[in-house]
Formats: sequence, C-alpha cells, structure tokens
Amino acid sequence: MATAAPARVHAAGWGWRYAGRRLPAVSEVSFVVEPGERVLLLGASGAGKSTLLAGLAGVLGDADEGERTGTLLVDGAAPESRRGHTGLVMQDPDAGIVLSKVGDDVAFGCENLGIEASEIPLRVADALGAVGLDVPLRRPTKALSGGQKQRLVLAGVLAMRPGLLLLDEPTANLDPEGVAEVRDSVERVVDATGATLIVVEHRTPVWADLMTRVIVLAADGGLLADGPPSQVFADHGDALADAGVWVPGRDVGLPALPVAASASPEEPALSATDLAIARTSREDVQSGLDVRVPRGSATVITGPNGVGKSTLALTLAGLIPERTGEVVSAASLAGRGGRRPIRWTSRELLTRIGTVFQEPEHQFLTQTLRDELAVGPKALGWDAARTAAVVDGLLERLHLSHLALANPFTLSGGQKRRLSVATVLAASPEVIVLDEPTFGQDRRGWIELIALLQEEVASGTSVVAVTHDEGVIRHLGGHRIVLEPAA
Amino acid sequence: MSVQESVIETDAGARRVWLDGVNPVTKLILALLLSVPLFASIDVVSGLVAIGLQLLCLPLTGLSLGTVARRLAPIIIFAPIAGLSMLLYAEPAGHIYWSFGFATISEDSVQLAIAVSLRVVALGLPTILLFGRTDPTELGDALAQVAKLPSRFVLGVLAGTRMLGLFLEDWRTMGLARRARGVGDHGALRRFFSMAFVLLVFAVRRGTKLAMAMEARGFGADIVRTWSRPSRLHARDGIALLGALAIMVLALAAAVLLGTFRFVWT
Repeated sequence: MATAAPARVHAAGWGWRYAGRRLPAVSEVSFVVEPGERVLLLGASGAGKSTLLAGLAGVLGDADEGERTGTLLVDGAAPESRRGHTGLVMQDPDAGIVLSKVGDDVAFGCENLGIEASEIPLRVADALGAVGLDVPLRRPTKALSGGQKQRLVLAGVLAMRPGLLLLDEPTANLDPEGVAEVRDSVERVVDATGATLIVVEHRTPVWADLMTRVIVLAADGGLLADGPPSQVFADHGDALADAGVWVPGRDVGLPALPVAASASPEEPALSATDLAIARTSREDVQSGLDVRVPRGSATVITGPNGVGKSTLALTLAGLIPERTGEVVSAASLAGRGGRRPIRWTSRELLTRIGTVFQEPEHQFLTQTLRDELAVGPKALGWDAARTAAVVDGLLERLHLSHLALANPFTLSGGQKRRLSVATVLAASPEVIVLDEPTFGQDRRGWIELIALLQEEVASGTSVVAVTHDEGVIRHLGGHRIVLEPAA
Repeated sequence: MSVQESVIETDAGARRVWLDGVNPVTKLILALLLSVPLFASIDVVSGLVAIGLQLLCLPLTGLSLGTVARRLAPIIIFAPIAGLSMLLYAEPAGHIYWSFGFATISEDSVQLAIAVSLRVVALGLPTILLFGRTDPTELGDALAQVAKLPSRFVLGVLAGTRMLGLFLEDWRTMGLARRARGVGDHGALRRFFSMAFVLLVFAVRRGTKLAMAMEARGFGADIVRTWSRPSRLHARDGIALLGALAIMVLALAAAVLLGTFRFVWT
C-alpha cells in the first residue's frame, strides 16, 4: 500500500496540566523519536502515558482545557496541524468507531481530509486488507467482535495514510484471540508502511518483540528509562514491575491453585440442569447446559467471545431469569422464596450471592468510598458500629483507606476494580460471581485482585469467575465450565 | 427497532427497489406533500382514497404488507382514541343516538369520528412507506449534500445515534447491578434518578471520547470535506413528487365530487 513519509517526533521539556488540576499530568518530558522507530511507552498508571499520546495526536484541546509547557513537535510542526496525518487508536473499541457501517467508517477520515471521492474506495479496500478485516462493507459495525472493532478503527486510521501511529492500550479489553488479531495487524501495517509507531500497553509481552525502543515515563515527571527493550527490562525490571508493567518473563509470585476433579459428592452451592439462557428476551445464547458451582472453591467459566459467558454468570447470580431449566441453590442458602436465586429479594441476594460486574462503574451508587462500602450493610439493617467495623476493615485490607472520602468515579481503573469487589465482600456472601475481573488491569492491580480471590476461596467462599485470562485460570484453579458456541 | 431492522433488511436483500433511487431529502418533502393537504378536509372519502392509493405504491417501496401492518399497528390502535373525542364532543347534527351531559353522539359526530381516525392512519402511512427502508447514513449524506445542512451537525448526530445502543445496554446492566447490591427491592423512583445520573456521566464521557476520536481523524478541520457516497437529485425525484401530488389531487377531488369534502374551518 502507498504510504506517507514516517514521522519524526520531538519533545523538549514538554508537559501538560489539565485545567482544574493542581499537578501536571505530564511534565519535563524530552525525547526524539526518529522516523520508523517503534516505541513502547510505559509508566505507572497515572504517569501520563495517555495524555502524552493525546498530545501527540493533537487532541488535547486549547488553553481552556489545560496548560502546556515546553514543546512537542511532529515532523517539526504542532501536533494539532498534523491531525489526519497522525493516527490514534484508543483502548475502548467502541470509542473509536464513528459510523454504523464498516465501509462508511473507514471512509470517514479520508472524507475529512478532502480526498477525491473516486480514490476513497481504493483506500478503504487497501486499509481493510492491511488489517485483514474481510467483512462486507455494509456490515453493521456493532455486529463486529472486539478484535474486529479494533482492527476496523486501525483501518480507519490507516486509510488516512498516517506517518505516525499512536496506539493507547489497543488490546486491553480484548480476548486472547482479539489480542493476537490486533497485534498481527499492527505488525503487518508497520512492516508495509514503515510508519513510526508509539504504543502504550501494560501487557508488554504481547508487543515487546515488535518494538525497537522502550520509553518509560516517571510518575513525578521526566523519563525513568529510555533504550532498547532488552536493556530497559534488564536495568529497570523491578521498578517497572512495581509500577504495574508486565515485564516479560517475570513471575507474579502467587501460587497456582490445582484444578479440581469434576465430580464432588458434596451438595453444590448452585446447580442447574438443562439450562437455557438469554441476555434479553430474544434468542437463547446457550441451551441444554448442566452446571455445578461447588462450595468453597473456584469455578472458572471460559469460552470465546459472544458465547454467553456473562449471561451464564448473571443467570447463576440470580439476576437474569432462566429461559428454561432452574438454577437451584444449596438447601442451606434457601431464601423465603425458596431455593431459586431469581426468586430471592435483592436483600436476600446480598448475603448469598455477590456479583462484580465487568464495568465497576455500573454498580457504584454513592459519592464516597465509605458510603459505597456501607450500601450493603445498610440494606441488611446492620447498626452503625458493625457497619463501620466492616467498612474500615475492607478499606484497610484493600489499601483504599487514604481514599475513604474520594468519589468512586474518580478512582483509577485498578482502584475501581478493588472497590467493586470490596462492596461485594462487605455483605460476606457465600458465593461471589465476577465478570472478567482482570480486564484492563495492570500487573499490580491484577496481583492484588487474584490474591484477594485466593484468600476468599481459602476462607470457604465459592468464587465464580468469567475470564479469558490464562493467568486467572491458572491461579484460581478449581472447576471449569467451558462454553462452546451454540450449533 | 425500525432503524436496526431496516439496516439488516437492506443488508440482506441487496435487491434495489424503485424508492431506493429516490433521494432521502425528496422523501422528506414527499412525506409533507402526502400529509399536509389532508388537513384541508375532514371526511371519510379523501382519507380512504389516499390510503388506498398509497398502498397501491407498496411494491415500489420494497416493504412487505406484513411489515407495514406491524409498523402501522400502534397508529391503528391510537387512531380510534383520536376519533373518540370527535365522537363525544363534536357539534351534534343529524340523528342523536346518545347523550350524557356535554357528551353527545350524533349522526354527524359518528361520521367525524371515523373520518378523524382514518386521517390519523392516512397521515402515518406515508412516513412508514417512505422511511421503512431508509438508512440513517444515507439520510445524513442527503441532508448534508442536498439540503446543505452543516456537515458538522449532520455527522455529529449520525455518530451520536450509534451511542444509543450502548446506553440501552448500560441501563440494563445498571438495573441488574442495583438488584445485586441489595437496593433493588424498594425505591424504584430514586433508583431511576440515580441510574439516570450515572448514565449522564457515561454520556458525557463517551461523547468526549467520540469527539476526540473524530477530531483525531481530521473531523472539523478547515479542509473542505469530500463525500465518498455522493447524494444527488435525479429525474426520479421529480417523478416521485408528481406521483405524490397526483395522489393528493385524486384524494381531494374524489371528496369534492362525492360531495363529502368538508373544509376544516367550516
């Protein structure tokens, strides 16, 4: 495919402070990226990696949005003037797609650049070919999988023939298949175009061998390290791992738990036979399922995207009604409405089955962490002293005490995840159901979360986790439910 | 729902029908042309003729009779409600069947009630026939290129509509999450407002990200935008307008000839 000249990036003492914030998000950053270099940009969460990428893409806004210091140049010009020649792919696949059909979305950028209408179809075909997305141009964008969506965003960017590609955690929210798809597409693209590439990503093992250089932002301004990947990882491995980066070849330091034998004589916490499930009242995503959630151990639900893992988890959790069949709890868990979780009241559910949703923000209800943790105890009618004891204990245990009065919406991704788990633990349910608990988590958040779940399993809680993450599967052990696509 | 269905329909059946060649902006004018003149008279004949002639055009639209019936159903259910006020409170004339207080059912009011109900259907039908298969993107292209609305506005709205499905999913999940957190038993109203607030937060955040993504792809730059899907007017648009005009003339003429024409303000 035809290409634009690879871009050169020059930062000199650059910094950015968002309007309304006391401290700068990025400060005193200086480096030169030569045309065609492939840079992995790392740093602790909050070190300003995304801000730097947004700055390079020229979308940080004007003086109303914040205050800049130093200079940042792409091909010797202000990044704002290079928009359209710089391509940006963000973490959330849904955030990058503009129009409702595949072909239209890829064409969008070309149209904005004023490319001749007759040339656009060629560019669209070229770009889709480069990312290996072989679907009809009229396919609705919402019908694509996560990996396909990210490749579509990449194609939309490529069609503009950028000299600089900026990827902001492009694979954080994808299943392993999607991660491989996107990574391979990016490799093909930079090989073909020679474009300068800058990637922000916690999951370094996925990208490390594609990169020629690693730049690490320090949390308090400036750079922590800058050099070839092998050298940076060797010299700064510990600091990087502490900062949450998945340093290649470094162990997480947690025990892997054994996989349980499938048949357990004990009465399961939850079970269902010949179960059919559906997210809404439309078609069943799965039917004829026989599932058991044994007591006091982990149960891991796996399977490809769209196979109904979340739906199964939420059905087991008593949140979505079964289509056919019945989810039944152990006799000791029975509520006033019987042994079916879907018949229990919301309050009865609290001490029996707790659910951690994929997106923590969906389950936040209050203005401070303290209130958030007290929601469950209050609903259970516990007195103030008992509630306070539970809340303080959890804040302590999850290292969130210093944020007790912060608004849950302002936390970092890892903190939000820990808070959402803590709100569930507050009512000490017998069963905890988690939907993709490690999505988008950096190494530190991941380790804290898995350690917490291991503790829960050890103390006799039944943990049900939906996950794609090999590490989660290995470290939780226990039972497996593998869903296959319906025939 | 109808938007999604139409996307899938056009996707599956690549079969082009006559109406697909009519510009969406023309369709907007057709919708006006096929409804406004009907406001001139309230009578059974003009309404029936209009409905009949429009249904004859059904093959041009590529819609099946079943689809039209399904989409028309809410209107058909609503129409008698509109007629009911006429039935009870219209100026009584002719034979009086029933009377209670201000409410009087007379020969005249029965006729008016039927006429008004038919009118409601006759006003709704063109919209369903014209836009049943129209793709939102195509409409956006036409509004920007033919009607010359600002492209920033048109594309902004178009990109925004894609978000609606995401919000629906957010809303559903938040409802489940409230049940999971033990606050799902009481206070539905309070729950509604708390969820609405969070949805607003999501909307602002998604909107900001979308704006960033669009800007990063050159949207809103000073360059004159090109359109990879040209939207133009053709001879067929004129034919469609003449056809619509003919339907209206025939409908009103039939009413005048049969003596049922009844000017609204008399």
